[in-house]
Amino acid sequence: MSLLVKTIVRFILFILFQFYVLDKIQLHQMVTPYLYFLFILWLPFKMKRGWLMLMGFALGFALDSFRHHPGFHAAACVLIAYVRPFLVNLMIPQEGFETNYEAPSVKSMGGLLPYMIFAGTLCLLHNTWLFLLEAWQFGNVWYFVVKTLLSTAVSLVLIIITELIFVRKQKFKTNTI
Amino acid sequence: MRNIFLFIRRYFNFLLFLLLQVVSIYFIVHYSKYHQAMFGNSANKITGRVNNEYNKVEYYFRLKRTNDSLVKANENLYNKLRMDFDVPDTVSKTVIDTIRIDSLLQYRNYIYLNSKVVSNSITSQNNFIVLYGPNVRKFKPQMGVIDVNNSLMGTIMEVNDDYAVVMSMLHKDSRIDGKILKTGETGTVTWDGKTPNLLTLSGIPKSVKVAKGDTIITSGSSTVFPRGIMIGRVEAVYSEKSTSNYSISVRSATDFYNLQYAYTIINFQQEPVEKILEKVKKQQEEGNIKK
Repeated sequence: MSLLVKTIVRFILFILFQFYVLDKIQLHQMVTPYLYFLFILWLPFKMKRGWLMLMGFALGFALDSFRHHPGFHAAACVLIAYVRPFLVNLMIPQEGFETNYEAPSVKSMGGLLPYMIFAGTLCLLHNTWLFLLEAWQFGNVWYFVVKTLLSTAVSLVLIIITELIFVRKQKFKTNTI
Repeated sequence: MRNIFLFIRRYFNFLLFLLLQVVSIYFIVHYSKYHQAMFGNSANKITGRVNNEYNKVEYYFRLKRTNDSLVKANENLYNKLRMDFDVPDTVSKTVIDTIRIDSLLQYRNYIYLNSKVVSNSITSQNNFIVLYGPNVRKFKPQMGVIDVNNSLMGTIMEVNDDYAVVMSMLHKDSRIDGKILKTGETGTVTWDGKTPNLLTLSGIPKSVKVAKGDTIITSGSSTVFPRGIMIGRVEAVYSEKSTSNYSISVRSATDFYNLQYAYTIINFQQEPVEKILEKVKKQQEEGNIKK
């Protein structure tokens, strides 16, 4: 499958799974499980930051139009798309690693721990910004903090499960013959 | 000039980031006011169709619960039938009228039209319900929506050809006039964004005796809902320290976890009443300018 087709299929599947499966689950009022932003994490290293942000905006806006109130998820997705390249630069273990692999994964980030730090930071940022925007009118600080932390924890568990079920084959590309 | 272009090129990513954030926040702030914007309608058509397909599956799995609630609604209606009551006076003797049967129609204030719920959310802090069906074309914004057991669900926000979007009671902007059935005090019912099915009734003075289990109904003071539609029952009563009012926690009569059918109430008096209100407002404004 070419990259474009793969991206489009992933986009649709993530949105549908988020709205029709995860949003219907009632764990607790403090927990809203989010997984759809994994789409942004899985975009290739090579992609320019401008395109990353536009993709993030499109993803957030698609989920927002299902929920009939545009803006919330779009803002959160744009934020993590903007921060992702900084994090990749920080987390990459050695020079030129991003040219060897296509996209961030457990293997290309060099182990489960770095990848989880990468995913966890972005997840925390996403949830913080999203709940901050949502909580603006309600204004209860403790409620906001606890909800953010719990939702992030649940999202991380979901990310681990997804990574275990859908193993993405990463070809080791190198130009040294 | 050259410097400006250099600046834009250098900080292009950051500027794009700011631009997209501003656009998103603009949507958040302004959407509830201008929901007829072009995005709303085109997005509705696509998501509406997907919702419709999904609901066909979901509806099948919830047939049992839907059926139970319809049986309950039927039971209620049977209990209201004339023949259930035995009145020992001559006034209520049945007389067959020779005038046309529909003579009642001209006195009708409200009509209930059914529709199917195709999408419903409870997890976010701004929840919406989407209705679908042949009657949807007759709906207009600011009409009340109730569930099959005659308890309040929300008000219509937006209608396009096939779908109507309802602002659920579980929405931060939802304000509904409620009334305690027993004593008759009116207050405002809102939602605090935390637990679904738990609403807040505020504006009830502390002099009123409120007990757990008291019924809260619509007051009928607005043109959206007729008087006496069930909102919920009192769950707990808290007294606000700074004011002389209670803050009453109300368990909603509507089960927001399971909504399959809805009735929209069309009020034939809504238009004339609103016209008169507008006229009065205009007159007052003109009077203020003259002063």
